[in-house]
Amino acid sequence: MSGFRTSAGGQIDRSRSLSFSFDGQTYTGHPGDTLASALLANGAHLLGRSFKYHRPRGVLSASSDEPNALVTVWRDTARYTPNLLATQVEIYDGLQARSQNRWPSLGFDVGALNNLLSRFIPAGFYYKTFMWPPRAWHTLYEPFIRRAAGLGVAPSEPDPDRYAQRFAHCEVLVVGSGPAGIAAALAAAGSGVRVILCDEQASLGGSLRSDAALRIDGQSAGDWLEASLATLRGNPRVTLLDRTTAFGYFPHNFLGLAERLTDHQARPDARAPRERLWQVRTREVVLATGAHERPLVFPGNDRPGIMLASAAHTYLTRYGVIAGHELVLLTCNDSSYKIAMDLWDAGVKINAICDVRGVVPDAARALVGTANLRIITGATALGTRGSKRVRGVEIGRPQSNGTVVEREWLDCDALLMSGGFTPAVHLFSQSRGKLRWDEALNTFVPGESAEHERSAGACRGSYTIADVLTDGGQAGAAAAAAAGGREQATRSWSVDGATPCSGVHSGLLPQPATLTGKAFVDWQNDVTSNDLSLATREGFRSIEHVKRYTTTGMATDQGKTSNINALAIVSGQLSTPIEKVGLTTFRMPYTPLTFGSMAGYARGDLFDPVRRTPTHSWAAAQGAIFEDVGLWKRARYFHRGTETMHQAVAIECLAVRQQCGMFDASTLGKIEVVGPDATEFLNRLYVNDWTTLAPGRSRYGILLREDGFVYDDGVIGRMASDRFHVTTTTGGAPRVFGMMEDYLQTEWPDLKVWLTSTTEQWAVIAVQGPNARRVVEGLVEGIDLTAAAFPHMAVATGHICGIPCRLFRVSFTGELGFEVNVAADYGQAVWETIYAAGQAHGIEPYGTEAMHVMRAEKGYIIIGQDTDGTITPLDAGLGWAIGKKKPDFVGKRALERPAMRASDRPQFIGLLTTDPKQVIEEGAQIAASPNQRPPMELIGYVTSSYWSSALNRSIALGMIKGGRARRGQTVYIPMPGGDIAAEVTAPVFYDAGGARLND
Amino acid sequence: MTRILERRGVEVSDPCRVVTLLAPAARFVLRGDAGVMQAASSVIGVTPSTLACRAVSGQDWSALWQGPDEQLLLGPVKWQSGFEAALEIALRDLPHSLVDISHRQVAIELAGPQTATLLNAACPLDLDLAAFPVGMVTRTVFAKTEITLWRKAPEHFHIEVWRSYADYLIALLNVAAESG
Repeated sequence: MSGFRTSAGGQIDRSRSLSFSFDGQTYTGHPGDTLASALLANGAHLLGRSFKYHRPRGVLSASSDEPNALVTVWRDTARYTPNLLATQVEIYDGLQARSQNRWPSLGFDVGALNNLLSRFIPAGFYYKTFMWPPRAWHTLYEPFIRRAAGLGVAPSEPDPDRYAQRFAHCEVLVVGSGPAGIAAALAAAGSGVRVILCDEQASLGGSLRSDAALRIDGQSAGDWLEASLATLRGNPRVTLLDRTTAFGYFPHNFLGLAERLTDHQARPDARAPRERLWQVRTREVVLATGAHERPLVFPGNDRPGIMLASAAHTYLTRYGVIAGHELVLLTCNDSSYKIAMDLWDAGVKINAICDVRGVVPDAARALVGTANLRIITGATALGTRGSKRVRGVEIGRPQSNGTVVEREWLDCDALLMSGGFTPAVHLFSQSRGKLRWDEALNTFVPGESAEHERSAGACRGSYTIADVLTDGGQAGAAAAAAAGGREQATRSWSVDGATPCSGVHSGLLPQPATLTGKAFVDWQNDVTSNDLSLATREGFRSIEHVKRYTTTGMATDQGKTSNINALAIVSGQLSTPIEKVGLTTFRMPYTPLTFGSMAGYARGDLFDPVRRTPTHSWAAAQGAIFEDVGLWKRARYFHRGTETMHQAVAIECLAVRQQCGMFDASTLGKIEVVGPDATEFLNRLYVNDWTTLAPGRSRYGILLREDGFVYDDGVIGRMASDRFHVTTTTGGAPRVFGMMEDYLQTEWPDLKVWLTSTTEQWAVIAVQGPNARRVVEGLVEGIDLTAAAFPHMAVATGHICGIPCRLFRVSFTGELGFEVNVAADYGQAVWETIYAAGQAHGIEPYGTEAMHVMRAEKGYIIIGQDTDGTITPLDAGLGWAIGKKKPDFVGKRALERPAMRASDRPQFIGLLTTDPKQVIEEGAQIAASPNQRPPMELIGYVTSSYWSSALNRSIALGMIKGGRARRGQTVYIPMPGGDIAAEVTAPVFYDAGGARLND
Repeated sequence: MTRILERRGVEVSDPCRVVTLLAPAARFVLRGDAGVMQAASSVIGVTPSTLACRAVSGQDWSALWQGPDEQLLLGPVKWQSGFEAALEIALRDLPHSLVDISHRQVAIELAGPQTATLLNAACPLDLDLAAFPVGMVTRTVFAKTEITLWRKAPEHFHIEVWRSYADYLIALLNVAAESG
């Protein structure tokens, strides 16, 4: 053996070497290595600094329960991932990684001063800062906490990788592919149902991959595993997912799986997704998530080189790496004896096995056989030495009187520890299943399930391999049967060479009265036994409060290695049984998840659908500048040359006011309301009276919510006695449709009326201006367009350019206007034809900005701009629209409450600034008197404000308390540059008589 | 006077790599009770399904169940106006709603062995043949757009989508297909 790599064994490819860098230094490893195993093989145990005290830390575990070895891995500045676990990062040629939480270097870290200052940053430090002098917060605490907060550094550039997503359904989802998971998957798959088996590790098999002595049905564990996987792979109803973490268990058996696809590849295909998020809905779940080895709590238990015994075993058997050349084991579990012997067989010197238990069971002793190993029983550990790697551990034997005798320093370059095992009940807990305290196992195990779920194997406290296999097989068969699979005979497997696994300890190991150093409980959050004691001394009783105060079990680690030890210490301090102390809730995700996997395809151009109207490409070619209105792209104005937006809007407004303009109104919501009860339906919904609306006429409708506030508006045309063409605002289309369906289905199912959304059926072209009739009359057939035959608010069907159309005589500009509705596929051709015909009449396309200005000149409200969900139709000056004789409509009763008619409610008014050149800012507040000092008495606010080129001055609309009674008064709009004086007017500035409209 | 004869259809910014954008079709939403559906059968050429989420096809027209009182009727453009007139005559004595939505939406087709998997990139339904058999149709979502999904053969789906969402749907299917 050279260095720390064994000469043979393990599941790495020794024929090839890979080069990688860590903290700037180049190392080599083999395909199959993790960053942790490769660094350990190079003798590098110091992998990071701890979060709070910046203490040197090594690798504690070999899997996703690693609390220490957080690293940053990057390919370039954009492909840069912090907070990965070195125990999970698979190396590839050229991998670049660095440690975290250290400055300027891992070996010499300035932040380690925190360790010396630790007396001043006790548990709850963060909360205590709130109670100290407030001035210190800005100068001292906040800078300190900000610098200290968070792990790793976020990437500075957008993530260029792709992330895939997939929904999947199955009858049985098995989480974890150790012996229980494989047995469950075999049983479930045999029943013919769809099975998904996932495992977070790079290869399926779990502990079956690190137990060379184990034989199942006469085969080695590895051969049995390969044969089982081959069976599963050959079944088309089975999906096997490696490198896939079940990170979240959501209601109704909906689970999230994160599959890592390319992170382990040296040169991934740029188009290949980096990860795939699986959203799985399954009938039944089998959790076979295994158990985490529990660390022992004693002073100095966090030095590099101190690791879990099972982790050292995994490094040996899977990676051919020894944790050290000279080991001490500190344990209370039989399995450590097997691990000691496997390492001894590999040529490692075992200085001692120190067993916390007074008596070592025969099964454990038998494992040692004739090997001459020193075994110390009834042991405790009092401290360790070594700065960047452990060099020795002080052992002693605690006595019943509280003293510790036979104290002795044992040399070692690695210290392996085992406090027994803690079932990984994270997903079970996430599923809201009830945990049960098992006194014999000294741990919580799954009790009553909340979902269609079963736990099997070590995750429910079954640790011996024969039991685990049987348990898995039964769980898989039962799950499949519950999900409708074929019944099948119970399977059993004969097992040989199983490792005993009894013995468990929780809490601080016996110590003399005063501790000689920090005994860590939660490595990731730097929580010590003293911190927990302090929290209970300061009065915290609930474990949820202790968790938040000390941060134990929080963050990405979620207490995988720390929970039970923390509970045991709190339990001891409070003299309360551990099951009464309770357990904190495990949060998802089980291990950290990338933002990319959650975003999936929803990024860039595909973040949201971009909706374009049928005339979009024409508008774009004409220089339209678009704005987002909901998901729609609408032309805001047309850029004709070098003019500014202000100038463009002036051109467009003047064209409409003096000649003719055309506007794309296709985005307006449209609903076809059809049936013999259509009139009754609209009467019940809208404030207006629809009985009096004759076919061939249209009316401005207002829709309220039940609370009497304006919800939406729009012109509604009666196409026939039983057919209405309802329009809504652009943004309101889906919610108005939803509200209508809601009332129809739940309140008035007796009405014979049906709704069909026609928003996208029609392209809508508004032709507005004194020349509008001249422009369209040559194109329209079948409709007499004279003012007498087709007055304002008339509607008719006919043809335009040979295409069937619905023609409305409506205006949102105050000018003579038509709205041409044609089927959408014809929209652009009809638009182009009207535009060509309009050339002789000075036609200009106009956008939403000019539309806004012109409707404001007329005082037409825009829902959501001039109203905000607290405005009644009376407030908005639209009381005239309410059908006074109607027995009821949605919102009627609310409107009749006295407060809704109070004279000091906000009322819609116009504002004309004393200085006509001054345009007020929208949203500005309004005061009754000038030069007030804060807090000012404010009486309203500005909802719309524009420059009106038609009036050659500014105009504004707003809401003022009792505003209609204030007409003629001067009000003041306080702005940073001083008050702006304005006169309150009626909210109509242009053609108040409506002569132009009716032309 | 200029006469416009041709339906232009939607413009898509991303080329259709994994789907086929189908030619314009005639589409109607027919609403009414069972009597309406029965009375409409002779015009449609097939009796609309009374089973939920099932589509049936006659020689020219297909009826896609959308709800207990709603069928989406799809057929060739050339019979559109005659079909509408004939239906209104057949249904003249029955309360109903017939609305032309030929232009509201467009149709795409997907075919191939991986089609169901591709759809599951952003459609949450179980598309196993046992759960979503041939002839099944339903409104559902694909990521952030609503679609009507109709399985015409085990590996052949017809999708109806509102016209302004087609661009998004097609581009997203392209990306999802590349992501495997």
